Amino acid sequence: MSATIDIRFRLNGVDTEVSVPATMSALEMLRDRLDLTGTKYACGEGECGACTISVDGVTVNSCLMFAADCDGRELMTIEGLAASSVGEALRASFTRNGAVQCGFCTPGIMMQAHSVLQKHGSCEPADLKRTIEGNLCRCTGYVKIIDSMAEACVAADEGA
Amino acid sequence: MSDINNYVAPRSLDEAAEALRAGNVTLLAGGTDLMPQSRSGRTPLRPTLVNIRRIPELRGLSESGGTIRIGPLATITELRDSALVRERLQALWQACDSFASDQVRNAATIGGNICNASPAGDTLVPLLVLDAQVELASKPNGALAKRALPLADFVLGPGQTARASTELLSGIVVASSPEDFISSFFKFGTRPALDISMISIGFAARRAGKTLRDVRVAFGAVAPRPIRAPATEAALEGKALDDNVIGAAAKAADAEIHPISDVRASDWYRREMVRNMFTRMLTHVRDH
Repeated sequence: MSATIDIRFRLNGVDTEVSVPATMSALEMLRDRLDLTGTKYACGEGECGACTISVDGVTVNSCLMFAADCDGRELMTIEGLAASSVGEALRASFTRNGAVQCGFCTPGIMMQAHSVLQKHGSCEPADLKRTIEGNLCRCTGYVKIIDSMAEACVAADEGA
Repeated sequence: MSDINNYVAPRSLDEAAEALRAGNVTLLAGGTDLMPQSRSGRTPLRPTLVNIRRIPELRGLSESGGTIRIGPLATITELRDSALVRERLQALWQACDSFASDQVRNAATIGGNICNASPAGDTLVPLLVLDAQVELASKPNGALAKRALPLADFVLGPGQTARASTELLSGIVVASSPEDFISSFFKFGTRPALDISMISIGFAARRAGKTLRDVRVAFGAVAPRPIRAPATEAALEGKALDDNVIGAAAKAADAEIHPISDVRASDWYRREMVRNMFTRMLTHVRDH
C-alpha cells in the first residue's frame, strides 16, 4: 500500500481536504474521490488535453499532476468555470456556433479558452489555434471551436 | 506503479538534500515526465517520493556578475515569458516556444527536462550551445555542499546523468552573452505541438559582419544524448560564411551525428534533415 497524504486546497472556491495515495493523479482524485466528472480521462499522457484544469491560475494536464502536489494550491475545474459568468459566456458562444459535437474534449477546451480570456491574450484565430494545440478533438470541430473562442474573446475584450 | 512508503515536501534545499541522503528517493518537480514514466513502469518510483516544488532556492531567474542563473523549478512558460531569456538566450527561448503544449509548458520545469536526459530533450540542445553549467547539491557530511559541472558532462545517455542518487540539481548557470552574440534553435517534428523532435539543432556564435567566432553547434535526437559537434564548430570558426564554408560545415555535421532509425524517422531521413536544416540556418545567419 502506498503512503496516504492529507492535503488541503481550494477547489472551485471551496476549501477542500482529502486523503490521497502518494501515487494518485490529480485527475483520479477529482473524478473518483470528489465526483467532479466534468474533467475527462482520455490519453493519460498529457497529449489530448481532455483533463485540463486550472492550478494557481494556469492550465495544466491533471493526468500528469500528482494529487499530493495539489496541497496548498487553488484549483478550478470545468464545474467551477461553468458556475462563473465567463463560463456562461463560453457556453453560449460554443452553443451558438455548434462547437460541441460529441462533447468529450469540450471541458478541456473551455478551460483553455478561459485561460486565454484571463490572460487577455490575442483574439486572432491563428493565435487562439496555438493556445489549444494541446487539446485534441476527434470530431474535428476545430473551425467552430476557434470561431467560438474568438467570439467569446472579442466579447470579453469589449467588456460584454 | 510501485508503492510509496514515504512522501515528503521539503521547504528548503537543506531539507531536500537531507531526504536524498537517506536514499531510495524519487524527485518530483512538475511531474509531466515522471507521471507517464512511472505509470508505464519505465521509471518505477522509489519508496520515498520527494516533492521539491516548494523550495524557494530552486526558483527564479536572475542576472548578476556576468552570469544568468536559472532555477531548476522555472517552468517552460516562465522562461518563455521572460524578457531576459527572449533577448539574451534566444536559442533557449525558441526551444521553450516550441515545447509541447500550453498545459505542459505551464507545469514542466527546466530542471526536470535536463534530468530526464532525453536524447530529444528540447532545452538540452540550446543549453549546450550556451555552454551551460549545472550545479548539484547534496549533504555528504551533514553540511550542504555544491559542485558544478558542464551540462555536456552531465547528460550521459538516454535517461542517464552524472547526478548521484544523493544529489539534486540546484541551479543552471549560463554566461551572460556579449552584444555580438547570436544563438538559434531549430526543431523538426511531424506536427508543431506536442511532438518529440525528430532532429533538433542549436547554433551560437559571436559575429562580426559575416565572420563567426566562438562557434558552438549542438544536435539533438541524432545520438544517444544531445551532443556538441566540435568538428562542425571548427569548420566554421574564424570563417566568413559563404557557400563553401556552409557546405563544409554541413558535411562535417553529417560525419559527427549518429542517428538511429526508429518510429519517428529513419537514419537516412534524419541525416537529410540535419544537412538541409543546418544549411538553411547558416544561410539565414549569413543573410541577416
